[in-house]
Amino acid sequence: MNTATTRDFLAADARTLEVNRPSSASLDVRTPLKLDSGRTLNSYRIAYQTYGTLNADKSNAILVTHALTGDQYAASHHPVTGKPGWWETLVGPGKPIDTERFFIICPNVLGGCMGSTGPASLNPETSKPWGLDFPVITVGDMVDAQIPLIDHFGIDQLFCAIGGSMGGMQVLAWAARHKERLFSAVPVATAAWHSSQNIAFHEVGRQAVMADPDWAQGRYLELGKEPRNGLAVARMAAHITYLSEEALQRKFGRNLQDLAAKSFSFNADFQVESYLRHQGSTFVDRFDANSYLYITRAIDYFDLRAEYGDVLANAFKDTRTRFCVVSFTSDWLYPTRESREIVQALNAVAANVSFVEIESDKGHDAFLLEEPEMFATISGFLNAGAAKRGLKAARS
Amino acid sequence: MLAPGGPRNHRVDHLLIAEMVKGGSRVLDVGCGDGALLQLLADTKDVDGRGIEVSRERVNACVARGLSVIQGDADRDLSDYPDDAFDYAILSLTIQATRQPRAVLEHLLRIGRYAIVSFPNFGHWQVRSRLLFTGRMPVTENLPDAWYASPNAHLCTIKDFADLCKLLDARVERAVAFNVSGQKLGTWLPLTVHNLMGEKAVFMLTRK
Repeated sequence: MNTATTRDFLAADARTLEVNRPSSASLDVRTPLKLDSGRTLNSYRIAYQTYGTLNADKSNAILVTHALTGDQYAASHHPVTGKPGWWETLVGPGKPIDTERFFIICPNVLGGCMGSTGPASLNPETSKPWGLDFPVITVGDMVDAQIPLIDHFGIDQLFCAIGGSMGGMQVLAWAARHKERLFSAVPVATAAWHSSQNIAFHEVGRQAVMADPDWAQGRYLELGKEPRNGLAVARMAAHITYLSEEALQRKFGRNLQDLAAKSFSFNADFQVESYLRHQGSTFVDRFDANSYLYITRAIDYFDLRAEYGDVLANAFKDTRTRFCVVSFTSDWLYPTRESREIVQALNAVAANVSFVEIESDKGHDAFLLEEPEMFATISGFLNAGAAKRGLKAARS
Repeated sequence: MLAPGGPRNHRVDHLLIAEMVKGGSRVLDVGCGDGALLQLLADTKDVDGRGIEVSRERVNACVARGLSVIQGDADRDLSDYPDDAFDYAILSLTIQATRQPRAVLEHLLRIGRYAIVSFPNFGHWQVRSRLLFTGRMPVTENLPDAWYASPNAHLCTIKDFADLCKLLDARVERAVAFNVSGQKLGTWLPLTVHNLMGEKAVFMLTRK
């Protein structure tokens, strides 16, 4: 066995363990979940992390929702990669999402592969991995599947739901489907419907996975295989959409990777190539290919307008939730105009809404990075909401 | 409760608007700037306040201090709001910088049960005398920018504004002019005197 395969094997092993026996807490839900597709999931598991302490009247809970390839480890080390939490810049003691004042719940989405039920989990009826027998799910289904978790903690109304990208879509779906259970909402770098261009990028990724012979019609887990190459290519293509031309140019330019001159071959001569290959290969160590198919599909299907009679404002009718919509100037995946459309719909129902566009050249990924203006916005919004709700004030 | 330093820290038109607005009401401040009026109304009248501001930096500063403000533009974004969405729709020292003041005022009257508009009076004697004696566009404390750098596109006098209200069939519930020292001019004085002595004016309007 060469070293690469050993490493692949070990990573795959650590990851496969997480699928059915997560390191984090989890809730087994026995109440059937009626899905948007019409199918029903009889039972499922939601794996989650919590940070901070729930107060006596259960009014300080913040739900953090993750993006396409995120998970429940928002503010703690990832059990497979050992890396810090994906939103540790924002969530922690004294940080904008302050774990000393708020109780933070971050669930892995339905369809995910870090312990919540998804295509890699064992189907209780067959005792084999679900694979493509897993029902196609929607962002709305993900949100509905989180309700029992909120109930489990005895929380009537979340103080806030906050998330970026697909996390922001979950926030919008929460605000539309469960408005009375949401005091405030922060959808970041997101849209109320997935654009044609974005569906197109997702399709490229899915086709790359499915073109890998090791995908085996989705049955790779049963066969002990893994479509590593296909999933890596999918991640490489997607990763470009998370950055901006300016950020790529600044970071890599046309610089060569450990070379004095071009090699006149198809090796990764350029730094940007080597960077993307690295992004692709580290991603497959921690993510399941079928999960990637299901979650990208859920995002493609997201269209809050269509769900509410083609009028987005109807999704927010009679809402009492306070909103803070955040976009980034260089995000071309979910450009500011798509956030503005959400704001317009909220204005049309005279909702309480703040909207800021953050100046950044880091593209869509900016929402995961150190962005002081975003931090100031989110703290200001949460603190004002906390004061209205009678929660503890921030340490000065 | 006012900020430390008392009312002197606030603009006179803001203090008057705060006096006009009923406690606990819903307020939209169009062109809310750094949020000073919204903050004053929140602190003294416990209003449910929202703001629209064109400058991204100012919006972000407002939201960071806990105000509900969106980045937007009076000319473009007022059409999004439903009729009677607010008790008060306020436009303070902004109407002269809009592209279509008439349309903006119509929207204010539609969105708010009351529209409150404050504006610099171009009929003020200092403005008139600068134009008369220097032959150049007046630059005053109230109108500090040179013509080419000014955001003001549609300056008007108190009489002009009163004419627009008439044209739009709006009822003037209250109209107050302030002199250069920030004192209210007596309401018994004729409109011509207000138009000459008033440096800025505040109108409270309703639909007839």
